[in-house]
Amino acid sequence: MNEVSYLKYEGKHNGLAGWLLSTDHKRIGVMYLAAMIVFFLTAVVFGLLMKFEMLTPGRTIMGPQTYNTLFTLHGVMMIFLFIIPGLPAIFGNFFLPIMLGAKDVAFPRINLLSWYFYIIGALMILASLLFGGGPIDTGWTFYVPYSLRTGTNVTFAVFAAFVLGFSSILTGLNFITTIHRMRAPGMNWFRMPLFAWGLYATAWIQLLATPILGITLLLIMLERIFGIGIFDPALGGDPLLYQHMFWIYSHPAVYIMILPAMGLVSEIIPTFSKKNIFGYGPIAMSSLAIAFVGYLVWGHHMFSTGISDTSRAIFSLLTFLVAIPSGVKVFNWVATLYKGSIDLRPPLLFVLIFIILFSIGGLTGLVLGSLNTDIHLTDTYFVVAHFHYVMFGGMGTLFFAALHYWFPKMFGKMYNEKIAAIGAWTFAIGFNVLYFPMFILGYLGMPRRYYDYLPEFRNLHVISTIGSWIMVTGIFIIVINLLKGFLKKEMITDINPWGGTTLEWTVPTPPPVENFDKIPVITRGPYERDEHK
Amino acid sequence: MDNESVMENKHTEHIHRDDVGSKMGMWLFLFTELILFGGMFILYAGYRFMYADSFRVAAMRLDTVVGTVNTILLLTSSLTAVLSLAAIQKKQKLFSMYLLVFTIVCGGAFLINKYFEWSTKIHHGFYPRGPEMADLPDGEVVFYGLYYVMTGLHALHVIVGMVFLTFMLVFVYKEKITFDNSQKLENAGLYWHLVDIIWIFLFPLFYLIH
Repeated sequence: MNEVSYLKYEGKHNGLAGWLLSTDHKRIGVMYLAAMIVFFLTAVVFGLLMKFEMLTPGRTIMGPQTYNTLFTLHGVMMIFLFIIPGLPAIFGNFFLPIMLGAKDVAFPRINLLSWYFYIIGALMILASLLFGGGPIDTGWTFYVPYSLRTGTNVTFAVFAAFVLGFSSILTGLNFITTIHRMRAPGMNWFRMPLFAWGLYATAWIQLLATPILGITLLLIMLERIFGIGIFDPALGGDPLLYQHMFWIYSHPAVYIMILPAMGLVSEIIPTFSKKNIFGYGPIAMSSLAIAFVGYLVWGHHMFSTGISDTSRAIFSLLTFLVAIPSGVKVFNWVATLYKGSIDLRPPLLFVLIFIILFSIGGLTGLVLGSLNTDIHLTDTYFVVAHFHYVMFGGMGTLFFAALHYWFPKMFGKMYNEKIAAIGAWTFAIGFNVLYFPMFILGYLGMPRRYYDYLPEFRNLHVISTIGSWIMVTGIFIIVINLLKGFLKKEMITDINPWGGTTLEWTVPTPPPVENFDKIPVITRGPYERDEHK
Repeated sequence: MDNESVMENKHTEHIHRDDVGSKMGMWLFLFTELILFGGMFILYAGYRFMYADSFRVAAMRLDTVVGTVNTILLLTSSLTAVLSLAAIQKKQKLFSMYLLVFTIVCGGAFLINKYFEWSTKIHHGFYPRGPEMADLPDGEVVFYGLYYVMTGLHALHVIVGMVFLTFMLVFVYKEKITFDNSQKLENAGLYWHLVDIIWIFLFPLFYLIH
């Protein structure tokens, strides 16, 4: 039975039900992938429409209300449906058990349940567009008091985010238990692949931060339905407390997005430089350090709200501290490349693009983290540029890297590497043309979330909009190329096309239902090569 | 991959069962519950600091006797929940079931008490957007908001816990839970203790501190 690949396996249910009712972590991972690509591309289209609106001052294709709705949906979908769950739910599910030498996650049925929570939440967000007060216009942050006053479908959309939170918590719970309990014999903590370390740090944040968002969103719903007064200033509530509660979750969420992505970089770089990773211990520990310190910096989203100077100074200091473990990672990656035998295949190309984009995003983050410059730049395009560099340039680019790295293993097919590289370059160029002018626009005073602007900002906006077309072309090339690869008839059977050293490269391509016939015994570190023995 | 030897996996034929993992998953879930309520406790602390006087006045209107009775009910039920686990581990199936029934009944009594407490408050007009609320100072409105949300959310957890325990009762009856396979019951018990411990904090914060 274990001869059959997970794609072909026929058990109690077949066809579509064989997927929808499957508790196989690999099938669940692929189902997440299918759903997420749809939501991601939808949100890309929303972003593209917004950029088109900014082509000329005044109304171009839409009015202010439509624009408000679009940036809200773009944010909600990208963040809750793509960036936060992206890497853990797709690649974590698919590869974590294999990388640990296990047959599945600790709680396979809960794993399937969390996929259903994800789908229900996502469909609810889409449904909120269609009925009642119409699509939400609050921004993805749902700030009170506006979110209590607007007539749009806030209650419903907020409930959708609440359901998505459940999905996230259950995935985190599953991964922590899996990592503690299911490692193959001989795989001690420091023989674990760094992707697993990234997922481990992430899972703790998912577990310990998401409930705060859950209760906050629940309170918004109750406030709208019953008028309980907890956040409504007209009844004695304090909107600032809402912001605290929201960012206590939503800042750590930023690290939910990036930590697994950073773990992925630590997989790809040793594979394509044919070298053991430099500084395994520091990289693993820096993930935990980022997760820990990242929990304590939420106040930097509130520097201009009038919170006390003492707390602002402390939050600013802590924010700067996050740069240290992040820097540790970047230096170790670069040191791994140094004197390596570098093979510039598409996954590595995406990783190098990531390092540059993420460094720009990270350094401009320091500008926003210092108190006085933040007062000038807060709520401007500078912030928009910054978080697109770290989030999209960070997690987004690495999402493509992960797809290109693990695609052959997941589907037993290969894409065209040359076209993948062209797609990557187009994406990278378009990305910078799109977002870099926003730093300048923000510095000059262009506020975020406006559908209109003063004529003097025209040139930079036009450049940025053209950038959006180039970048979307890049995404289009990447997606079509992968899709063509997926639809190819010929299968590859090479179990290790890149020369990777972690366990997923020891199982057949595509992996069989139970991953391993015999659970391996681990006798070496994850990136040690034979030459080093 | 060559220098990885492979070992015969002895457990292939068995159904996978990992009690430690199962307990760990339960504890992790309890952390999330604690943090869910933790968010409410943060808000309570913030508003208590902001509206110290109003909170004192509003708290005087709550019925300490009802609160005390409910505290006794929950504490007792926590004891019987853990005793039912001890009983099944000593192979006393019937006694374990009696203790579980008693635990569930205590939970039910707690809810009945809560129902009458809430309906009295609502009857007097103390509820969000209620007739009495318009004249109250902001701090008292917020106090009642927190009171309803926190005790309401807690009551919801009592209901979930009771459902959980009812399933355990059935499992003990059908001998799916036995002296050497009692992790499910322990997990349900852990959940019930969580419900209990949250109440231990809610009780003084709302009923006792004046």
